Amino acid sequence: MNPRVYDRIYGSATALCSATSILFIFVIGLVLLTYSYPSIVVNGIRFFTTVTWNPDLSGAVTTLNGFKTMSNASYGILVFVTGTLITSALALLIGVPVAIGIAVFLTEVAPPKLSAVVSFLVELLAGIPSVVYGFWGFLVLGPFLLQTFEPFLSEHLYFIPVFDGPVYSSGLLASGIIVALMIIPIIASISRDAMARTPKELKEGGRALGLTDHEVTTKIVFPYAKSSIFGSIMLGLGRALGETMAVAMVSNSAINELPKTAFYPINTMAAFMAQSLDSAFTDPSGMYVHSLVEMGLVLLAITMIVNVLARFLVRQGFISGAETVVRV
Amino acid sequence: MDTDFHRNASKKTLSNTIIDQPTKTWYDSAVTSNYKLRRLRDKFVKSFTIVCVVAVLYPLSSMLYMFVYKGATLISLSTITQPTIGSSSFVSGGLANAIEGTLLLLGIGSSVAVCLGVMGGVYIAEFSRNSSLAKGIRFGVDVLAGVPSIVLGYVGFLLLVIYFGWGYSALAGGLTLSVFMFPYIIRTTELALRKVPDEVREAAKALGSNNATVVNRLTLRFALPGIITGILLAISIGLGETAPLLYTASFSNYVPSALLQSPVGYLTYVVYVFSQLPSAEAHSLAYQASFLLIAIIVTLNFAARVLVQRFSKVT
Repeated sequence: MNPRVYDRIYGSATALCSATSILFIFVIGLVLLTYSYPSIVVNGIRFFTTVTWNPDLSGAVTTLNGFKTMSNASYGILVFVTGTLITSALALLIGVPVAIGIAVFLTEVAPPKLSAVVSFLVELLAGIPSVVYGFWGFLVLGPFLLQTFEPFLSEHLYFIPVFDGPVYSSGLLASGIIVALMIIPIIASISRDAMARTPKELKEGGRALGLTDHEVTTKIVFPYAKSSIFGSIMLGLGRALGETMAVAMVSNSAINELPKTAFYPINTMAAFMAQSLDSAFTDPSGMYVHSLVEMGLVLLAITMIVNVLARFLVRQGFISGAETVVRV
Repeated sequence: MDTDFHRNASKKTLSNTIIDQPTKTWYDSAVTSNYKLRRLRDKFVKSFTIVCVVAVLYPLSSMLYMFVYKGATLISLSTITQPTIGSSSFVSGGLANAIEGTLLLLGIGSSVAVCLGVMGGVYIAEFSRNSSLAKGIRFGVDVLAGVPSIVLGYVGFLLLVIYFGWGYSALAGGLTLSVFMFPYIIRTTELALRKVPDEVREAAKALGSNNATVVNRLTLRFALPGIITGILLAISIGLGETAPLLYTASFSNYVPSALLQSPVGYLTYVVYVFSQLPSAEAHSLAYQASFLLIAIIVTLNFAARVLVQRFSKVT
């Protein structure tokens, strides 16, 4: 074959393959919008402000704004949105200091050999499937929180409002801790790589001025790696918002009730979606499925904003070892 | 004379102040005590980082103990050769159906994702690195990588299972999984190709090669270890996923026989569902499935790591 023609064909074939990424996004958006349209019309703004999620499966089918729904059905995602935000916030609250502590340990404190071993173990943590985290949370973490840790908090730290109340469930704390464990490897390894790229001259200069190790870290290394660290936190947040299986297994599946203390069950959008498509098919009006799809659309919108922002920030940090080893 | 005396006196006091000051001023003592404080803070922060590491390694070792040690003691040959028997209330047997189903789903998913991902990566790294199309594609890949896996599962369900009428099937599950794995592969391929120095391309172009020859004969060969690493990691990520498969592959006790209209079992489902059943047999199967998952993922990651090291030696 004529080499020039071959080159042209090769180029267009590869272009077509890479353009499938845009096609996939287009298809995902189209499917979600088409299937959630009835729910958007029928539920309107109440979808975001109502606590009650009751598909009213035993009621009668009526027509509202041109779409079929059950007569007393109420679709509100406030519980799930709150649950998603609380889980992610708790995961960041626990995960960020620990992950940055680990990154500092790996780059500034540990000798190189120990650092390599700990890096390997932390990245191993990133490889463990989320169902296995869920299984562990269900067998070990949940019972520990419920029987030991939460009674302790409720007895001794009751003066802090969130710990003031009887112990019902380990759902909220267990979800937060499990998701924190899942995002720590992401934040730790990207931050580690960014911090390791700090020019040696800067650090030596700081040392020559009499700074301690800690001051070199906070005054020279952190400012240098700032944008990558922040980006890694955003990536962790993106992962936390979309985390499904582990939360579905440990959250104790709250419904129709907002958590009042740290000892309540909880539920997130992703986990609820994973649990309820089966029962959604028993709804004769089909509105249950449409509402779940709208929930997916909301979740997608939130995670997309966070992820795009994060990737924009981490961009330079992307040509590094962390990205090839850790799922981000 | 008088002025001279004065000059001397002033000289003397000046030299006195220069020599005496450092040992006695408030400034010096403040620095010393502050230095102790700074050293103390330094030690405190170092111990905090060690606490952080322990806080993460403790759960990890607990998980490894439970699933690797206990899982390994429970596993036997019949786990691999026999399919699961029974359903929700009573489950027993082995995991042959789930193991074969996982292989089938990963086979379909990774073959589609590897074709699209590697070719796509070649395009944005070699053919149009800085064009606006390449930038758009990179943005698209970023967005796609950020789609929550359960949302992907829903789209796969609505489009493939319901709209196309494929039913719960290996093809629906495999294709959904491929959309999940595709962004990782295209990105790692691009990164691996970009690590090949531009001089190689320039030398080949100077000898009259076109883009296609440069890619086939040179850059792809240099970048191959990096690309394979990316593929191995994408497979290990796909292996650990549950959410995209829940409503596309569903689950089945039978070893997969058809690509369409027949649900397929897979290992992560076993962990998710059987772990929440009350019976000891179900728990045992969940332990064994967890063990298999961790063992395969660790092996894949280890292989990837070895390749990364060899790769970094080459370039």
